Formats: sequence, structure tokens, C-alpha cells
Amino acid sequence: MAVAARKAGRAGAGTANKTTPTKGSTRGAAPNTPQFDKNQDLSAYNEMLLIRRFEEKSGQMYGMGLIGGFCHLYIGQEAVVVGMQMATKEGDQVITGYRDHGHMLACGMDAKGVMAELTGRRGGLSKGKGGSMHMFSKEKHFYGGHGIVGAQVSLGTGIAFANHYRENGNVCLTYFGDGAANQGQVYESFNMAQLWKLPVVYVIENNRYAMGTAVSRASAQTDFSKRGVSFGIPGEQVDGMDIRAVYAAGQRAVEHARSGKGPYILEMQTYRYRGHSMSDPAKYRTKDEVTRMREEHDPIEQVRRRLLESWKLSEDELKAIDSKVREIVNEAAEFATHDPEPDPSELYTDILL
Amino acid sequence: MAIDILMPALSPTMEQGKLAKWLKKEGDQVKPGDVLAEIETDKATMEVEAIDEGVLAKILVSDGTDNVAVNTPIAILAGEGEDVSAAASSAKAPAAAAPEAQSAPTPDMQREGMADRPSPDSIPGTDARPVAEPAAPSVITNRTSYDAMAEIPEGTELVNMTVREALRDAMAEEMRKDGNVFVMGEEVAEYQGAYKVTQGLLQEFGAKRVIDTPITEHGFAGVGVGAAFTGLRPVVEFMTFNFAMQAIDQIINSAAKTLYMSGGQLGCPIVFRGPNGAAARVAAQHSQDYAAWYSAIPGLKVVSPYTASDAKGLLKSAIRDPNPVIFLENEILYGQSFPVPKLDDFTVPIGKARIHREGKDVTIVSFSIGMTYALKAAQELEKEGIQAEVIDLRTIRPLDTDTIVASVMKTGRCITVEEGYPQSGIGAEIAARIMEHAFDYLDAPVVRVTGKDVPMPYAANLEKLALPSIAEVVQAAKAVCYR
Repeated sequence: MAVAARKAGRAGAGTANKTTPTKGSTRGAAPNTPQFDKNQDLSAYNEMLLIRRFEEKSGQMYGMGLIGGFCHLYIGQEAVVVGMQMATKEGDQVITGYRDHGHMLACGMDAKGVMAELTGRRGGLSKGKGGSMHMFSKEKHFYGGHGIVGAQVSLGTGIAFANHYRENGNVCLTYFGDGAANQGQVYESFNMAQLWKLPVVYVIENNRYAMGTAVSRASAQTDFSKRGVSFGIPGEQVDGMDIRAVYAAGQRAVEHARSGKGPYILEMQTYRYRGHSMSDPAKYRTKDEVTRMREEHDPIEQVRRRLLESWKLSEDELKAIDSKVREIVNEAAEFATHDPEPDPSELYTDILL
Repeated sequence: MAIDILMPALSPTMEQGKLAKWLKKEGDQVKPGDVLAEIETDKATMEVEAIDEGVLAKILVSDGTDNVAVNTPIAILAGEGEDVSAAASSAKAPAAAAPEAQSAPTPDMQREGMADRPSPDSIPGTDARPVAEPAAPSVITNRTSYDAMAEIPEGTELVNMTVREALRDAMAEEMRKDGNVFVMGEEVAEYQGAYKVTQGLLQEFGAKRVIDTPITEHGFAGVGVGAAFTGLRPVVEFMTFNFAMQAIDQIINSAAKTLYMSGGQLGCPIVFRGPNGAAARVAAQHSQDYAAWYSAIPGLKVVSPYTASDAKGLLKSAIRDPNPVIFLENEILYGQSFPVPKLDDFTVPIGKARIHREGKDVTIVSFSIGMTYALKAAQELEKEGIQAEVIDLRTIRPLDTDTIVASVMKTGRCITVEEGYPQSGIGAEIAARIMEHAFDYLDAPVVRVTGKDVPMPYAANLEKLALPSIAEVVQAAKAVCYR
């Protein structure tokens, strides 16, 4: 398990099991980490906070029985998707697995629609027929939301294929976790993406646990940035808790893909604070590990500190942001609680066009 | 001792070919490995090599002869020290190279376990002659009563065409019409298709739209589905549907379900096509009929044509369909010819069965290659005074229950014919639907004729036993008629 930790020297949350991140991790930015200006930090703070508060509310509503089935929270990983979105342009697509609420919010999908889908109501983004793991928005170029681990990797490669076919200059960000990274179709996709030079960025969100299995117990090669080596796909490990590092790496990757050089792999070293899903007792890691990650590497706290220290915002100003975000989330929760369930006639709609 | 050189089979399903060219002439000395001749099928050209050493004593089948049945002696080789003229004069009469030669099962067909599969040219409305020698165009003059003929305007010229060519033409026509249509799969481009279905597409449409994939079914099925989510219209060829089991998660979980899970936002206009079911002597892993598997899935359409005309018209409809369509072809039917209407834009609607033959005594429901047993059995039954109505489903999902039920209301009896397994098969589904919709009209229980409940064996005799037979269909039909 310490194998990964040794490599974590240059990057973020580290990958070791039950150890705190080793030296060189997120506290001090790596020397070449670009700085954000005030607007970037503000925007990052707003977006990440929205995801955090939304997910906290989702957890609460799950506990109240308003959300059923599986519900996978993104808390702790917010910097990854928000930083990557900052590196994209209009028209670029996003596809991910089942831990997808954060991605949808970062793509600009309506919080009310997302929450109402979680509660299975008619105002949900999939009319209540998809649930937590299956939401889509053609308008926001978000292609799901997929419940089968690894399936989104081939699909995202196909979206990139379509970009290439249409020569539209768009890039598809294809997210998957350290667990999905061991699925066979990932490598089938890597091969085709590099063979055909498809504009796709593979973002591996390494949150250190595939359900309850630590990376070092499941992966022979725990440096996921090297997973494309045999196809000649460049990759880098990124401190996924520092949004500035994510953004900088995202820009390099997206530029590479957009310029016709083919796919690029980013291993985002991140951490999920909550269990795999709501029913996860999290016996596979210590409370101490989670606490230390939250206290020392929290992606939102890092930005918050900059806002206070570098940009001289007052606590009151930050509170104002927080209450605005809470308002959006509460409104979404309110809507999702009272919106009616789908009409029974919806059972037989949307099966075929 | 003179040796017969026989017409070789180029593939497990080849029955005949053209002797294109002799590269050696009578009297030439040949060594093992020397190329003697070139033979052609509608799929490929191959060289015939000498196996033994000797002198080419006599050529029995001359250059340019069409329809030479597999295993026909094509030349005689005189052994070392043998009198060439004696060897030549001992030659048997040259084998007939006429199409009729095929109607009786050849030893090779028996060897391939195909003897019991009816030869297409013994079935009315079909023609096994390759298109290299097109039949005189026929014209629809006498519209028969079945509705399906309404798909073809009266007076339309019909041209004979193999199923393989019909499928190719369907793809080419749709690719000409719509730049969003592209074809991908293993060997579809430079090799011209593992079964030559995509022949010529690369030359016409270029490598951007006719894409050779690596051997990576799960991956390229997902790539196709992802591309379809954006509105492109991929035609994904599986070399056979047996290999699509690697990809079935993407077909079912991604292609079929996403429209529903997205509340109607994200359609998937994709066609998955390729040969399905048993070919000949390729054993269990390469011989499975997936019609029932895919037909169980809401969100998919499943099409499985028998004739070239339906193959063309349905594939065009499938490519235009906004939904994922599973298009199940059959390798043995690829080389068979049928009349196809000569129209600029001929389509056949998905979801409509065709009454291929009218009758009043018993309904036989089948599809794809199952139709060959059904039609031949109907001919046999006629000799015994039983008029069978034969329904070709053409589409498996949505299943045309109305056509089946209307026929059963008329005949009161029904049997089903398919090469797939009995349990939870298409026949089982049809039996259930007849129970639900026409129980009071039944004069006998519905009987299924299916492939046997075993993995497909390799041995010729066992393979033959594992498949349905004409005799079984005849027997089942007589049983439900209490005869």
C-alpha cells in the first residue's frame, strides 16, 4: 500500500491507504502551480460550495427517505470537476459514471432538476425515470450519468469520435474512477482513441477506494497516469484537491486533445469524505484518515483561505456567498420534496422514439 | 494412379463457385504448392494449389464455368510414370455445372451438415444463381393477396440479387443520402467485409465513413453508441453476433435504456448488424441464435429478414430509425438470390410480418433461415393435402401479433420454426401470445420446432440433429392437424 505513497511526492492527496498524504502534497502549492486571480478564486469557491452544500442536502434527504436507491456523494472531490470545467469551452462534452451530481452542477444543469430527479419526481431532469445515476442534458453537453462501471469510457470515446467525424473542434471529458480504471473496455477505448487521435481527455478520479477496496489492493499499477503508456497516451498525476493544479493540467490536456494530438490522461488524486454510497459503513479506512484529509486538504477550504488572506474578503462576504448557495440548495430541496411523482402514464413513454 | 482434383470449398458455407481461370494447361508438370487455377465466389477469389505431384492429364471443367459445385472433379492428375493419355481417358464425364446441380444436396453439403437445409432454388420465389449471371428481369404482374406486396408498386421491375448484395446496396444508398451514416467494424473496410457484405463501401465512401476497428467488440460497440448519442447514425457490424456477447452490456444498458433513463432526451440511432445463428460446422461458440435474447429488451428493435428484398428494405428502414436496431442476418442466406424491386428508394416497414404463402389448414410462423424449413415443409404438406400458411416474421421486436393472430383465427392451428433454443425462444413467445389473443380459435396446442436444447455440436451428424429439419416441421404440422 505504500507503493503509491512514495509516488505521491509530487502530487496532492496521495494514493496510499490509511496514511495521510506525504510531503509535497497540497498544503503548499507545487512550485509551478499557477495562481488564480480573485475572480477565478471567487468563481471556484461558489461552484465548489454549491456542490458541497447540494451533496450535504442530498445526504440529509436520503436519510429522510426522500431519495431512494443508490446515492453516491461527491463531497471532497469538488475541485476536480470544477477545475476541469474551467479549462473547457462551450461545446465540449462531459460524461461520467454514477458519482455524477457534481458534474451536472458544474455543467450548469439546474439544481432543482437534479434534486427532483434524486427524489424521483416529474420535474427531475429525466422526468423521474433515471434517478441519481442517470441524468443527461443535451443542452449542457452532459452525456450522463452511467451506472455501469467503465461503460462511460467507451461512450465518451464515441462522443469524441463524433467530434472528430464532424471536425467540430470539441473535446469530450470522460471521467471515471480508480475502480473503473481496471475495466477491460477502458483499454479498448484507449487503443482506439490513440489510433484515431480522438479529442478525448480521460479524467481518472482516484479517490483511493473502489467501493471499499483500496487502490493498492486492486491495482497492479497504482500510478494511473501511466495507464496509457502502452498506447503512447501521455498522462500526468495531478493534485486533485488543489483547483489551480486541476485547472492548469486540464488546460494542457484539453489543448492536446483539441489540437488533434489525440487523448490525454489526467489522474486526479482526490478523496471522498463520505462512503461509497449511503449504505457504506466505511470500515476500510480510519476516521482519523478522513478527518486529516478534511482538515489539511479540503479543496474548498484552500480557496476560502486565499479569499480571506490574499484577496482580503471579509468573513461576512464569505457568509453572504454561503447563504446564497444555501438558498439555491434549499429551493432545490423544497421543489424536489413537493413536486409530484411522475404521472403513471409515463411508465410507457420514452422507450422508443 | 490418376487423382481427381476437386472443386474446393472456400468457406464452411460455400456450395458452389466459378472456375475463373486455369493457370496450368493439360500436359503441364505440377508440384505440390503450384497454383493450378483461380476460383471465384461472390465473396472472394482464391487460388487452387496442387497437393500432389504429377502431370495435369485432363481439365474437366473449363475456364469461366459458373456454378461448379464443391467437390466436383475439375481435373485429373496423372501420377508419376503413369500414362497421361490413359489417365485422361479414364476420366468420368465432366460434372454438370448447371444450377440444377445444386438442388440435390452434394456430399459436401452433407459433410457440412447442411443436407437437411432446403436448397433455396427448390423454394418458389427464390433463386440460388449468383448475380454474375443475372436472371432475366421479372415484373410483378399478378399481385398476390398478401399485404406485404403492397410495399412494392405494381409493375415494378424485379432484379435478382443475393442477400449479401442487397445489404450492401442498402448501406450504400443510405450513406449517399445521409452524411451522418457511417459503417464500423472488424474488416469492414480494406478487407471488404469478413463476409463481403461491405464490399465496395470503402472505395465509394472513403476511410472516414467506412472504419476498420481493432478486434474490440465491447469497446467499439460503446464508441458507436456514444457517437449515436450525439446524433450520428453508426452501422456497427459484428463479424458475427456470437462475438457481440462481449458488447452486450453496451447494447442493452447503454443503447437500449438511455432514452428512457434520460426522460426522452437522448436517443440512440444505431444499427448493430451481422450474421446470427448457426453457419455450418463451426460448433457451439459460433453457432447461436440471439433473436430471443435481444427480443426481450424494451428499447430495442430486432429485425431478422429472410429474403434479399426484405434485407434491403428493412436495413434501410433500420438505418433511418431513431432507435437502436439489432439487425440479425444469416451467413447461409448471404449467397442466396431473391427478386428485389428495382426502385430508387425501397424500404420495408419494421414491425410488419409477411404472409409468404397462403393456406387454410395450419399456420407456420418462422423467420430468417427458419423460413427455408418452413417453405419446404409447406410444399411437402401440400402433397398430403394440407394447405399451410407460412408467415415470415421479418421483425422480431416489435412482434407483429396481429398478423399471427389473424392467421390462427383462420387456420386454428399453429407451429413455429426457429433454429434457436426452445426455452424462452421466439416460439415460446408466439405460443403465449396466441394463448392470450386467440385461445378460443385454437383446435390444437401450438407446437414449437426449434434447435435442440444443447450447445451446437461440431460433428456433422450431431449438428444435423441439433438443428430443426423439414421432417420435424412436417411432422409438427401434421400433429396439430391430427393427421
